[in-house]
Amino acid sequence: MSQATPLGAGPGRGEPLLAVSGLRKYFPVKGLSFGGPSLVVKAVDEVNFAVWPGETLGIVGESGCGKSTTARLVMRLIEPDSGQVRFEGRELAGGSNASLRAVRSRMQMVFQDSYSSLNPRLPIEDTIAFGPRVHGTPRAEARERARRLLAAVGLDSARFGRRYPHELSGGQRQRINIARALALNPRLVFLDEAVSALDKSVQAQVLNLLVDLKAEFNLTYVFISHDLNVVQYISDRVLVMYLGKVVETGPVDVIYNAPRHPYTQALLSSRPSMDPERRITVPPLTGDPPNPINPPSGCRFRTRCSFAEEVCARVEPPLLALPCGGHDVACHMMVPNSGHSRAGQAS
Amino acid sequence: MNPAGRPLSDAAATRVLSGAEVPVGRRDGRGYWTTVAVRLSRDPLTLFFGIVLLLIVASAVFAPGLAPTEPDATNVLKRLAPIGTPGYLLGADELGRDMLSRLLYGGRLSLLMGILPVIGALIIGGGLGITAGFIGGRLNMLVMRTMDVFYAFPSVLLAIGLVGAFGSGIVNLLISITVILSPPIARVAESVTTQVRTYDFVEAARASGAPTFAIIRVHVLANVLGPILTFATSLVSVSIIISAGLSFLGFGVQPPIPEWGLMLSTLRKSIWINPYVCALPGLMIFVTSICFNLLSDGLRNAMDVRLG
Repeated sequence: MSQATPLGAGPGRGEPLLAVSGLRKYFPVKGLSFGGPSLVVKAVDEVNFAVWPGETLGIVGESGCGKSTTARLVMRLIEPDSGQVRFEGRELAGGSNASLRAVRSRMQMVFQDSYSSLNPRLPIEDTIAFGPRVHGTPRAEARERARRLLAAVGLDSARFGRRYPHELSGGQRQRINIARALALNPRLVFLDEAVSALDKSVQAQVLNLLVDLKAEFNLTYVFISHDLNVVQYISDRVLVMYLGKVVETGPVDVIYNAPRHPYTQALLSSRPSMDPERRITVPPLTGDPPNPINPPSGCRFRTRCSFAEEVCARVEPPLLALPCGGHDVACHMMVPNSGHSRAGQAS
Repeated sequence: MNPAGRPLSDAAATRVLSGAEVPVGRRDGRGYWTTVAVRLSRDPLTLFFGIVLLLIVASAVFAPGLAPTEPDATNVLKRLAPIGTPGYLLGADELGRDMLSRLLYGGRLSLLMGILPVIGALIIGGGLGITAGFIGGRLNMLVMRTMDVFYAFPSVLLAIGLVGAFGSGIVNLLISITVILSPPIARVAESVTTQVRTYDFVEAARASGAPTFAIIRVHVLANVLGPILTFATSLVSVSIIISAGLSFLGFGVQPPIPEWGLMLSTLRKSIWINPYVCALPGLMIFVTSICFNLLSDGLRNAMDVRLG
């Protein structure tokens, strides 16, 4: 058992493309506190993770667990309260606006709502060309790049280029969103519920497109979704979040086949199984996540955990690497001598 | 209109992807403003009032060519001549000046006083509102609460106070009306901008590293201008009425310059002698205001294209 180095750092994997440590964002709650202690929503609390070049990191968790906020904090669309973000070996936090602008072209995002994420008054070609234009690419060249990207996402630029978003279907719009994100030649793309709003058949098309584009443009993905099947399909590694905390992270096969954190186990068992032989054996999750304004002390999952003991309320479990490597869990049951009755037997 | 006339290539265009992704695009490649123009052209009421308004504007612009006499030429014998008097088609006022000529010339100032303050208020109020809405936070608070201070006064009273402070005169009148029309426009601009700001495409533009000014110019303006312009159009009639009212009260335009409000004011003493002639300037103000109001309604309907 050793302290997790950035996270799941397997041996010989080299320098991570993105390393996030101690990322934190508390949103003040307005109007609820008159004179009393000001209330905050602990949306993202001391989150650490790393992404290596060429991989796809899936981030899963229930609604409101801080998945999207994490992506927006790394992108600096929201200012983090604290934490370090290293991207391509350079420190991002607290950087000047100019350096932030340069970095933003290397790190892009695809949004969930394909309707509100495209300007209704702009032909889609211009929407895609907007990014390169503000970075100083000449008009004709930016437009040419937009046309090539339209072709890359499977849309005929001659037919679609001058169309407006309201003339396209949801799947087509999402392709435009992807093309827009790629227009600045990013290395890292955050896909924030990028296929969640699409119906199943279109979802499959867009997912396959994403896989193809990743190879073609040499991309690294952070794939945020609540859809466990989609995450399993596309990810190399998975990070599980609960109430603004990372509870478990590891290679996709390990997480899906041998999850160690009770929350991950419960989350995965909530998936309907196609095989009648594979019955749900782990107690399913009940109730809603606690209020993030006043999260439980110690382990935040303890209120819904069937293994919770006295130590869970008292001490917050650190995110520690398991001996097998590349697999980190934040649970007292995984820590020998933690005071939990099941501690030790698991490792 | 012509079902057979729809190009077949359009149907073919929908087949570029799999069947699951059929675009709704019947209006193939047609931009927003083209759509608005087409919708306007199919609205007979708006079209009619638009044409009436155009005639009024044209008659004011070409007043020197259209007016049968000089607007200031008096004729003591024809004082308050009734409508239809030979040589005085619309009668004459209390000094024997030709009403038709005066109404034509009067439209120039009245329309100017309707439109110029609204343009001024669009620039000032719209600029403040969009900036406040987009930046948000404390700046928003500062700008919008300042605007609220202006709201505290009844608008006509505030205009009278401002003209009283600046001194009467056409320019001061225009300035004071601009000042009282800015807060309502700022309020509308602020609310639509605040809404547009939350859309993901603005977030995406920020993520692309675009400077704030470029985001406002490309992504915000196009989406807020429609509602702001519609609202501003409805304010033209308000502006005409306020300026007419102020001229009526003796601020602003001074005799003998023809202006509808002022004409109404000087003719009111003769209302028992020749009510029809005396009502004419009022009728012009009424018709022009109605035109602008209904045009604004029509514009709002035409711009209400579902783009979501």
